[in-house]
Amino acid sequence: MSEFWGPFWIVLAGALAGASCGLLGAYLVLRKMSLLGDALSHAVLPGIVIAFLLSGSRDVIPMFIGAAICGVIATVLIETFHRRWRVQEDSSIGIAFTALFALGVVLITAFAGQVDLDQECVLYGEIAYTPWDRLFWGEWDLGPRPIWILGTVFALNLAFVLVFYKELLIASFDAEMALSVGVSAALVHYMLMGAVSVTTVAAFESVGAILVVAMLIVPGASAYLWSDRLKVILTLSALMGVISAIAGYFLAGVWNSSIAGAMVVVMGFLFALSLIFAPHYGVLGRFVRQVRLSLKVARDHVLLKLLRERESQRVSALSWGDLVDTAARWVSGIAIRSLMWQGLITRENGHFSLGEQGVIHATRLLRNHRLWESYLNQIGLPPDHVHDPADALEHFTDDRLREEIRAALPNIATDPQGKRIPEG
Amino acid sequence: MIWDATFQLVLLGSLLIGATSGTLGAFAVLRRRSLLGDALAHAALPGVALAFLWTQSKALPVLLLGATVSGVVGVLIIEAIVNYTRIKADAALGIVLSVFFGGGIVLLTHIQQSEVGNQSGLDKFLFGQAASIVRADLYVMCIVSVLVMIAVFLFYKEFKGLIFDAEFLSALGFSQRVVDLLLMGLIVLTVMVGLQAVGVILIAAMLITPAAAARFWTDRLHVMVLVSGILGALCGAMGVGLSALAPRIPTGPVMVLVATAAFLVSVLIAPRRGVLARRMRLRANALRENGQHFLRAYLALQTQDKQKVVLVDLAGELQLPLYRVRRLAKRLARDGWVSLHNGACSLTELGHKEADFVVKSHQLWEYYLVYRSILEEDHVDRPADEVEHILTPEIIEQLETILAEEDIDIVGDIHKAHSGYRRTGKDE
Repeated sequence: MSEFWGPFWIVLAGALAGASCGLLGAYLVLRKMSLLGDALSHAVLPGIVIAFLLSGSRDVIPMFIGAAICGVIATVLIETFHRRWRVQEDSSIGIAFTALFALGVVLITAFAGQVDLDQECVLYGEIAYTPWDRLFWGEWDLGPRPIWILGTVFALNLAFVLVFYKELLIASFDAEMALSVGVSAALVHYMLMGAVSVTTVAAFESVGAILVVAMLIVPGASAYLWSDRLKVILTLSALMGVISAIAGYFLAGVWNSSIAGAMVVVMGFLFALSLIFAPHYGVLGRFVRQVRLSLKVARDHVLLKLLRERESQRVSALSWGDLVDTAARWVSGIAIRSLMWQGLITRENGHFSLGEQGVIHATRLLRNHRLWESYLNQIGLPPDHVHDPADALEHFTDDRLREEIRAALPNIATDPQGKRIPEG
Repeated sequence: MIWDATFQLVLLGSLLIGATSGTLGAFAVLRRRSLLGDALAHAALPGVALAFLWTQSKALPVLLLGATVSGVVGVLIIEAIVNYTRIKADAALGIVLSVFFGGGIVLLTHIQQSEVGNQSGLDKFLFGQAASIVRADLYVMCIVSVLVMIAVFLFYKEFKGLIFDAEFLSALGFSQRVVDLLLMGLIVLTVMVGLQAVGVILIAAMLITPAAAARFWTDRLHVMVLVSGILGALCGAMGVGLSALAPRIPTGPVMVLVATAAFLVSVLIAPRRGVLARRMRLRANALRENGQHFLRAYLALQTQDKQKVVLVDLAGELQLPLYRVRRLAKRLARDGWVSLHNGACSLTELGHKEADFVVKSHQLWEYYLVYRSILEEDHVDRPADEVEHILTPEIIEQLETILAEEDIDIVGDIHKAHSGYRRTGKDE
């Protein structure tokens, strides 16, 4: 095998497996069926082994038939345990797939001499042998067999997702809506499970029974963190499968380890990256949003404090110590500095006062606050209970909402505590 | 024979493993933590490999320590993912399980393919090899098992509260979180003890399957814990015994298959909850129902002058094929309710009594439904029909008392004119 073609076929096999699994995995994650995927990939093992034993070869067709039968048996078992025998759902899944997997392992070891299959293949897969596992048509060498299998499955999955895009979308997000527009959610469910079984079997030889689970779930879950749009999720999920295959191959070379295992580790790494850096649902994004929110609240409070002070005591400047919110000193400090930087407040002789723009901002906020207090009072809250909710609502009230509240109130000049509602 | 000292050691070890995982499995399953055990076990694999890489030692305590650490890290990551992101629990479980396992595979193959050492001792952790248990390992297992058992004994009440009424537990002043953590900790220990003999991939089954089987035998927690523990021990012992017959086969899968067989047997033959018992109960109910329908049909067809009713007429009334009516009549004759005369039948004394009871329960129930304004008069026949068969004489008596206490007097069939209930006594 040449320097280029050997690695190329291996990476291609991994990429095809990753992309096939990624496409379906996105749906599994969305539909909260990840564990069913897990169970299914374990449960098909005895079917594959029995097919090997009966056919005596690695023909694809018997393998698929055996696996499909086992997949159906597993599904039926889980349903029977759960619905008819009233075993808890998680236990049902646990019992069914461990039993079938155990059966598969026992069969493999019991007939170790007769099958070209061993425990290692079940665990690690044999992706490294991809270039040497050739498919022949008579005398013609058509190329590596796993590529043909995985390529076909990828094409099938892609066609499945494209053709039934709308059906899958509706059935995944709104089963009732699906029913009303004539899409059978049950049919979609079974088609998806069928596709997952076929993909699992195809990927089994290359990456082993347990690592298939990773390929199914991890890219889908990672993509789910990046977007709310199904198309984006599907594309990203498949893409991550491909990236993991490429990176995994080279890492396996560096670590001198199983290629399939390395691919999964890369997937885990990509998931961790998504977890941290995904813009909207990532941990970092959430943290930044939270900080910005508390900063906004702190800034608003500083402006309000200065305005109230000016209004009541005719004192227009406060010292740092008076201005800083002692409960959140750090955020409050940053808020004051940012307000100064923007020129909304000014400092003279260590005392802060509102700038020209600051007055406008602060007046708007105070108007929000007092309008909300009046409104809350009008809908039945006693006057001594309206301050705190108004305090929370004042930050999120834009011009339109403010005027709507104004319109909903009778023509009043003061809030429930008798304070003037400023114009602005 | 195989009854040598080594085998006894191995047998004892697997008995312990089975008993521990069975006992704790009862709590794990009821608390719906069974699949978390699965994730935990898979997540232990990289820990085993790392412990070996760092220490170059294959001593069980060292490897188990590594396994425990990485298992716990895995579970913490699951919790964090569920709490802080939009990923749901099932996906989080699957992700941690498979990625950790993938990492474990990378490390194992790395150890295998590089010259650092002989990895043959490590791959037993995948599918389990009970034969590799040595005396020192047994001591470790004993200590951990005893610890787990003591903890279960001491905190039985807390666990029970956690499973059945977590709010009550908090009301008693226990932190639900602490008890939950304690249970998780014990699950970790149990999984670790079983790793050597059952392996990371299938140890979860030893937690789940005996417990699920025990659930069929009883509704009481302490009985279930006991049964589950004993079942687990038996499965462990039998698994080792069976796999000793064919030494090539790893012990884990064999134990799991034995446990699955025990589960299936329990499902079949357990009293009350078992499939056979349920089927028999349903059949007995059906027989009773048919018999009662027969009696009511008889009363409907019977006239003053003619006490005998022809079976063909009964078949028409009951809308059943004749052969089934004949079979029913024969059965009722055996019970002494009817006497048969050549294609016709008549009620015996006992049969009349039973028929009266059936009619009365039907009527009483109808009145009750109407009186309580649950249903209108023209809607009560069918529901009453369904329920009359399960009314026992005691319930009938109670219905009578209720209606009597409310001063309700029953006159005749509710569907006929000049009938109905009327209030007697003070109100009028």
